[in-house]
Amino acid sequence: MVQEVTFQGNQKILETREVTLRFGGLEALNGLSFSVTPHQIVSIIGPNGAGKTTLLNAITGVYSPHCGEIFFHGTPISRLKPFQIAALGINRTFQQAQLFSNMSVLQNVMVGMHPKTRAGFLSGALHPPGERREEKKIRERAESLLEFFGLVPKADWTPGHLSIAEQKRLEISRAMASEPELLLLDEPVAGLNIRETEALGDLIIRLKERGQTIILVEHNMHLVMGISDWLIVLHHGSKIGEGRPEEMQKDSQVVEAYLGR
Amino acid sequence: MGNKNKISLLIFALIIFTLPAILQNNYHLMVLNVAALNIMVVIGLNLLMGYAGQISLGHAAFFGLGAYLSAIFTATCGFPLWPAMIMAMVIAGIVAYTIGIPTLKLEGHYLVMATLGFNIIIYIVMVQFDAVTGGPSGFAGIPRLRLGDFTFQSDRQIYYLFWALSIAVLFFSMNLTHSRVGRAMAALSHNEIAAGCAGIDTDGYKVKIFVISGVLASLAGSLYAHYITFISPGTFGFFYSIQVVTMVLVGGMASLWGSVFGAILLTLLPEVLHAVQEYNVLIYGLILMAVLVFFPRGLFPGIAGVFAKRRTAVPPDSREQLALEKRVWCRK
Amino acid sequence: MTLSLQIFQFILSGLTTGSTYALIAIGFSLIHNATGIVNFAQGEFVMLGGMFMITFYTFLKLPMLLGFVLTVFSVAAVGLLLERGPIRHARSKEILILVMITIGASIFIKGFSMILWGKNPMTLPPFSGEAPIVFLGAAVMPQSIWIFGITIGVVAALNYFFKGTMTGKAMRAVAASRRSAMLTGIPVDRMILLSFTLSGALGAVAGIILTPITTTSYDVGVMLGLKGFSAAILGGYGSMPGAVVGGLLLGILESLAAGLISSEYKDALAFLILLTALFFKPSGIMGRGRLRQV
Repeated sequence: MVQEVTFQGNQKILETREVTLRFGGLEALNGLSFSVTPHQIVSIIGPNGAGKTTLLNAITGVYSPHCGEIFFHGTPISRLKPFQIAALGINRTFQQAQLFSNMSVLQNVMVGMHPKTRAGFLSGALHPPGERREEKKIRERAESLLEFFGLVPKADWTPGHLSIAEQKRLEISRAMASEPELLLLDEPVAGLNIRETEALGDLIIRLKERGQTIILVEHNMHLVMGISDWLIVLHHGSKIGEGRPEEMQKDSQVVEAYLGR
Repeated sequence: MGNKNKISLLIFALIIFTLPAILQNNYHLMVLNVAALNIMVVIGLNLLMGYAGQISLGHAAFFGLGAYLSAIFTATCGFPLWPAMIMAMVIAGIVAYTIGIPTLKLEGHYLVMATLGFNIIIYIVMVQFDAVTGGPSGFAGIPRLRLGDFTFQSDRQIYYLFWALSIAVLFFSMNLTHSRVGRAMAALSHNEIAAGCAGIDTDGYKVKIFVISGVLASLAGSLYAHYITFISPGTFGFFYSIQVVTMVLVGGMASLWGSVFGAILLTLLPEVLHAVQEYNVLIYGLILMAVLVFFPRGLFPGIAGVFAKRRTAVPPDSREQLALEKRVWCRK
Repeated sequence: MTLSLQIFQFILSGLTTGSTYALIAIGFSLIHNATGIVNFAQGEFVMLGGMFMITFYTFLKLPMLLGFVLTVFSVAAVGLLLERGPIRHARSKEILILVMITIGASIFIKGFSMILWGKNPMTLPPFSGEAPIVFLGAAVMPQSIWIFGITIGVVAALNYFFKGTMTGKAMRAVAASRRSAMLTGIPVDRMILLSFTLSGALGAVAGIILTPITTTSYDVGVMLGLKGFSAAILGGYGSMPGAVVGGLLLGILESLAAGLISSEYKDALAFLILLTALFFKPSGIMGRGRLRQV
């Protein structure tokens, strides 16, 4: 089963402060500051090239911001490597599902559990009882995750044979395998039809109801308006607005950014 | 690892251990002994290349380090045999760690170049540092392998020792590839960034597997030295590095069994080509090219597919012919 | 001889070998820019250059200039065959596999040469005699001047080719972005073929001019190739000025190391320099660092 996430206190789970990231001469993120309240779905929106994926990469440690800092539960994480950030409790999906096509669907989810498990080279090679027990637990948890995400019949397939919607669900289930407090989803419904989008939207809401904090990067306004608690609008790497979805719909700057002058 | 793999391992061991009864020619046994050692090197290399996705064209250096260090420790310094071999392994491990960390940050051909450069440097040291290594004429008088009071004299006795060790290495490696670490490495080899974001310490694993492969090669080298009792730098040059990489590629990077058979095949091949000694190099190059051009996945992935736990789940409305062995690498 | 004069002498001889390293390095860069692979047979092209020249000039007694031209064409043909054959027909386009194929090719060529020409070292007479010329107190072999001159000529010709001719510009386009080049109608396959052919020709030139100084045999290809590759990396892989700088620098450092420290370990020192350079600045002296894109 997906673990229920409980959280103490009122603190922001994630905070960025004046985060700036440059690629050559281009400033992909420009003095970006915002914070995320736990147990919410926060959507990051903005035109293409606004820096949304770059932001996710910065949070997960794939890129290191040149200026500014990112805090997770008050701890600075901008200098940490991706695997360390995953171990702290942040996990993500990618714009194009980055699945491991050299293993089965089930094994993809089992890999996701890496930060929460321990067996090393020696245990792996010698296969002692402790390691066998851990392997059993890994497999059971992976299977229960597949059940939650509706992928059990295809557990032995390779990801390449899944539909796009299934691949997206698989990637999310892999991310959830590490029991993250904060889940980052990068355009999860891109390429899905209306039915699939609604289904995934429901799934995301169910995750939130279990206590998950979710940052969603999306272009699909219908979905964003439907499930978000809070919206942050980016344009050219800066925040041009944030607030509740209804407020942002009316904000003139936001509208201009999307439609142009 | 699955039951199929365990049974295969058992059958393989059975065949291997009954072969000496059939083979009377000591020369054949000697070739097989060398094959057993090559398997150790190749398994380590396979883990590095196939699972961690890194390439090394310098493993002859580790093989050579194991050989020379063990020879020097025992023959020159008078240390006991097995501690000397273990010391050699430790030193090889430290060397692998030291050059591994900067080297594995390099990409693609830079990594190849660095491992190659390392191989050449070690080779040159072996040749030039002749006060210690005996130089180009080699190092003789290396003590034989012993266990307690028992000295391994004949090729036949060595055969059992080497193949027991080799199969043990294979067994442990198979366990490893079916474990948490094995999955992590497979993920890492396929998609490094996704693996990192999933919580895998990619840099750490790359270095660790490099060290393990170096240590395995060192062990094989030490055993080689104490078997042949004479070593010279020519054995440990760039060409051997290419040979072991070829064994991995010919066998198929995706499977350990492929590497085992690749090692056996390519150890036997030069012996078969003995009749055309002059053409040895040319034919080797031709085979390497031919296999890589026509069988880039190796000659044995099909066989590996047989040994792998077969998945019967096939997408119901798929019209393509799916080669099962191409689909699933890691066994549960 | 005073120390500074000795050093000057070493530098001069280093420039000599460095020039050939530069030519070999350019060969590597050409193919890498067009295809992304390291052509490990490059060193064998150099060896073949020497061998073919010896065959045409010494065995067949053809005039030197004719032999030169024939050799260049022959080795260029070998490069062409390599691309058209194994590389083009390879079922996998993965870079590692293609690189290993070039390694297989280099072994094959080496084995072939061993059978064709035997194992004994052979040499060419220097182009214009052996009397050393004295330059600022140091002795310079006339052959060295030929090497400088020809290298400069080749580099200048290549420079003109890449900047001034359509084909050359097309090759640069392929190097910059293969897909864009394809979209603008550049025949990428032909450019790749050209890169291999040109590399063969360059290797041949390097081999011909170097052989009078260092002799040649069937197995010199490996070391030369590796050194040329090191030079290419040292200077910044993929850039032609980088290849030249890297080659000259490697030649000089190697010569200084051989003269001042130890001539036996000079090869090891060359690679040590390379490794150090790789560890501290993988993109080479003139290369640019790359930011990983996700």
